[in-house]
Order: sequence, then C-alpha cells, then structure tokens
Amino acid sequence: MAEITYLEAIREALFEEMERDGNVFCMGEDIGAYGGAFKVTDGLMAKYGEQRVIDTPISEAGFVGAAAGASHMGMRPVVEMQFIDFISCAYDMLTNYIATARYRAFLPCPLVIRGPSGGYVRGGPFHSQNPEAAFLHTPGLKIVYPATASDAKGLLKAAIRDDDPVLFFEHKYLYRRIKEEMPAGDHVVPIGKARIAREGKDLSIITYAATVWKALEAAEQLEKEDGLSVEVLDLRTLLPMDDDAIIATVKKTNRVLIVHEDTRTGGVAGEITARINERAFEWLDAPILRVTAADVPLPFAPPLEDYVLPQVADIVSVARRLAAY
Amino acid sequence: MATRTASRAPSRPSDALSLEQKVELYYWMRLTRSLEERLVNLYRQTKVVGGLFRSLGQEADAVGSAFALDRAAGDILSPLIRNLGAMLVQGARPLEIIRQYMAKGDSPTRGRELNIHFGDTERGFIGQISHLGDMVPVMAGVTLSFKMRGEKRVGLVYVGDGATSTGAFHEGINFAAVQRCPLVVIVENNGYAYSTPNTKQSAVKEFKDKAMAYGIPGVRADGNDVLATYDATHDAVARARRGDGVTLVELMTYRRKGHAEHDNQSYVPDGEIERWEKTNDPIDRYVRVLLDELQVEKKELDAIDARVKQEIDDATDLAEQSPAAEPTDALNGVYAQPASVEPLWYRAGVRSAVEQHERAAGWGTFNG
Repeated sequence: MAEITYLEAIREALFEEMERDGNVFCMGEDIGAYGGAFKVTDGLMAKYGEQRVIDTPISEAGFVGAAAGASHMGMRPVVEMQFIDFISCAYDMLTNYIATARYRAFLPCPLVIRGPSGGYVRGGPFHSQNPEAAFLHTPGLKIVYPATASDAKGLLKAAIRDDDPVLFFEHKYLYRRIKEEMPAGDHVVPIGKARIAREGKDLSIITYAATVWKALEAAEQLEKEDGLSVEVLDLRTLLPMDDDAIIATVKKTNRVLIVHEDTRTGGVAGEITARINERAFEWLDAPILRVTAADVPLPFAPPLEDYVLPQVADIVSVARRLAAY
Repeated sequence: MATRTASRAPSRPSDALSLEQKVELYYWMRLTRSLEERLVNLYRQTKVVGGLFRSLGQEADAVGSAFALDRAAGDILSPLIRNLGAMLVQGARPLEIIRQYMAKGDSPTRGRELNIHFGDTERGFIGQISHLGDMVPVMAGVTLSFKMRGEKRVGLVYVGDGATSTGAFHEGINFAAVQRCPLVVIVENNGYAYSTPNTKQSAVKEFKDKAMAYGIPGVRADGNDVLATYDATHDAVARARRGDGVTLVELMTYRRKGHAEHDNQSYVPDGEIERWEKTNDPIDRYVRVLLDELQVEKKELDAIDARVKQEIDDATDLAEQSPAAEPTDALNGVYAQPASVEPLWYRAGVRSAVEQHERAAGWGTFNG
C-alpha cells in the first residue's frame, strides 16, 4: 500500500466512516464544493452530496450547537473548525451545553469537532493556536491530538464511533510533512491510550502532537552526542489521559521532561506533573521539567515565532540538565 | 356538540379543535398555575432546593403553543424556564416537577440539574440550559436531523425577549433559516429579562421584525389568548411540516412575578402588575370564552379544578416520600465510557462530608 500524508489519512477516515455509517455527516465553513481551507474534505461533497456535507454560515456557536441537537437524535456529526482558533467562538456550546448534556439530561452527544491546530507555520496569533488546555478542564469532553498519519486516521475513526463528544486536534504543520503507509483493514486506534514513540531508559520525554517529532529529533541527538537513552511517550489522547502509561515511563527512567507547544501557564504539563506527583513521587530522581511555548500570543514573524515555540535545541539543553541532576 | 363550537372568524386553526380539546386547554393552564402555587408553598416550607420560577400570567402562551404540536408525529420542543405548561402538555408529570424542585434522588435528573431543566426526547421535550439562546442552535440541529432523515417532524424552541439579544439566537435561527429546518421559534415577549425592560434590550419595536433579517416570516399574536396562541403556532408548525422552513412567532404576554421567587419587582412601574392581573389574566379570559361562547358549564370547570388539586396533592405526597439523591451517584454518567468517574482517593470508600452535613444552617434552605 502506498504511503499517504497525515492530511490524506484524515480524509481517508472521513470517507470510510461516511461510507460505513449513514448517520455520519460533515459540517463546516467552505468544506463542501471548495473542500475546506486545507482541502481535508476534498471530494467528500462530490461523493455524498450537500445533505451530508454541509457548508455552514460563519457561525461556530450555531453549527456546533446544531451538531449537538442532531447528535441527540442519533446522527454523528463531524464538524470542521476552519482553524481550531475559532473553536473559542463555540466555547459556551462545548463547555456548557455539550459537555454537560449526558450528565444533566442523559442526552447522548456523539459528535466530533476537528480542525487544523498548532504553529511553526508563521500563522500568527489567530491561525496557530493550541487550545487543548482550555478544554482539558471540562468534564464530559474527550480530547485527541495525534502525531502520526496512522494515528490521525485511526483516532478519527475512533472519535466518530465514540458515544461522547470528542475534540480532534489536527496539527497543520504535520498535514503534508509526514507520510506513512496505513495499516490494512478497518484501522481504529483506541482513545485514551498513549504510545511509546521511542524506547529509552535514562529519561522520559512526555509530549504529543508536533513536538513528538521535535522530541524524537532531540532524542537522536542526545544519544549520538551524550550517549543518553531517551524514551519518548506520545500521549495521543489528552482526555482521558493515559495515567498508566505516564506512571510506567516514570518508573522506568525516573526522570521526566514534559514538552508541549502550547503556552506554559495552565498548560497540560502542569496537570501531568501533578499526576506524577500524586502517584509516583518517590520514583523521581529529579524534578519534573518542562519545555513549552512562552506565555505570549504567538507572533508570526519567523524570528519571533521560532523564539517563542519549543525547538529541538531547547529540548536537548533541558534534557541534559535533567540527566545531570 | 357541534352547536357548541365558537362562532369566531372562520378558518382559524383552533376552530378545528373539539370541545374536549378546548376544555383540555383549560386543564393544562389550571394545572400549570396550581402546580406552581403548590411549589410556592413547598418553597416557603424550605423544601425546594434553589430558586422557584413562576409563569403566572403566561400559562396561555406555553400551553397554547405546545398544544399545536403533533405528539404522535414525534414533534419536539425545547422549553424555557417559564414553559412549565408546555412541558406538561408534552407529558411531563407534576410528580416529576415536584421531585425536581425538591432535589430528590428519583427526580428526572437525579439531583443533577435544578427546577424544570430536564427533558425526555421520547415524550418530545429537550431540557434547556441556563445560557439563554443556546437552545436555538440545538433545536436547529434537532430539526436538521428530521430534514436529513425525511421525517415529517417539527421542532419548537422558546426564547424570551432577552434571549433575542444573544449571539446564539442569531446564529441558530440564521442556520436553521438557511437550511430550511422544520423549526418554530417562539419569542415570548413578557416585558422583562430579569429586571431589564424591553426598551433596554432592543431597539426594535416588535421582536417579530427580527425575522426579516433571516428571510423568514415573523408573526405576532396575543400570548394571553390561548386560542390565538394555538392558531399562530399551528400555522407556523404546518409551514415547517410542509418543508417551508422556519417561522418566528412573537407571543405578547406579561410576567406577573419576578425573575424568581426572591425578586421583589421593585423595578416595575406602580400598578402595572395589578392592571395585567385584573384585565388580562389568561385563565380568566379563557374561562369567559368557555362559559360564554362555548357554553361549557361552570361545574365542569370546577370538576377540573378539583381534579387538578387532587393530582397535585397526590404528587406532593409521593414526592415528599421520595429518597434524597445518593451522594456517590454524582460520579456516574459524565461519559458513556467510562461510565463512572473514579472517586478522589481521599473519598474512596467514604461519603465524607455528606454523612455529617457541614453547611451551616444559615447558608441556605437545604437541610437534607
């Protein structure tokens, strides 16, 4: 089978799930005839028609709310945010209405919100965001953020089949930069399971999304230049978080570096640190360190963006400090 | 029976209602008002957890509009806080309402959400949330699913005058209009959003005029005339069912009680409430229609009043015996999978604070 990109893997998942289940339909801005801002849904309307591939008005609260209503009735909407930055326009719907629906009213909300996320693309403050931490705090939602093409496909299929609302973050830097051969057959990756992206024994880097690739690059360099054996854990799902995989890697290497592209304060790294503290404090040989974006809106000029976002060199230098502790 | 039908202008949809159905409208309005009066008693006995929201003076708009839906066809409505009457018409029972207000363990939400914020898609009503306007996009989606599946079902969503100012209202009604969803949007114009009068809510004189901006028809009807309410809603429902899309129906009414029971209505001009009570009470008005125009006998209405009282008494007795909510049930049902949230480690195996109530008595009414 030929290799396909991260973006094509997402598209393949959409085609397969729409084919498999007539209740699956897509909504979003410019996703129909145009095929979406990044062409993720290219060809979908031609095959399934405008009843199942709906071009919406510019109304994130409106069509996310509509997705909720349709999902109560047994439909399985897959909603595209043109850029994930615009998900904040639907924050009320997602956190107040959708996340609580099952709990307060026993209303199922099997829907997926998906969209291009993340930086390293000179997109600036409104086309580069990583808003996952803003939703991590909301019981009732699930959050997925794949780093590989096969995970993107398998996790999207799992998200569409999940009976709960899933936020599916796609990293736009990875869209056309990584390629992979898809596993044969109906490839579904379970939500809530982390993946060891690289085995190691001296220290662990816990990360997700695009920084998985930064971490892998850093691990390579650390092995070559320092003789360090670095384990890289790709979380894949942020909510529910795979605590067992996190604790297992802590117990294995006893040194933890958490890397994420999102800003620092209130970011996912803080939550992971607290969990390790509660469950495996005595297994640590060093303080948990983190490499993250600086706490600023993301600027677009290359020197500024590069300065703000985590780079391989940052991971290498912090990992060295951790190893030497 | 035919001789007893009303001699109004011909071709009103309500002309097709049987006398039994017209009397039934009275039953629902009376049940709504009496049930709320019972809830006031329970509130004053400190048996209600949370605020109590009245629809006094608005019973006709809730009952008449819901009555225009076709329950057998699977129509669904989403009520507002002042649409107890609409929920009762759709099949909510007084026992459920009282259990809800008393935070009982066997209430429809098992103590998760307050007052009449609950739903049942089987019976055709979807629970609202407190964020006003949010149910418009949700009902746009519910009705979108009807359209996609080729079902001849209709949805109805209530908003107040205040909610028309929200972004959710605008986005939801616009989306539904573009998609020609089979949806009826009812704007209950009761004069106030909490304490804010309409003049501070919107610069439009009539909320029905907002329909123009969405390319849909907007109509206005007397919300305190149960038959006029039925007529206006019935037309909008028929239009939706035909596949002609969304209608905005503005129902003119008046909120005679405060936002909730605690609200002293100090912001209301002198005499306004009394004027509506004396001259425009929806039940008084309909009783005159029933007695004078439809020749219903007074004793028939008295019998309904007695039946309503009995039903509410029975429901109250049962609700009082209902168990309190089970503390650890709080961890169930956030997700389909996992079905339960793990207890916090320091709560594992214990019910902690719940065994001994730590809240000072002066903090509120709950003594459970």
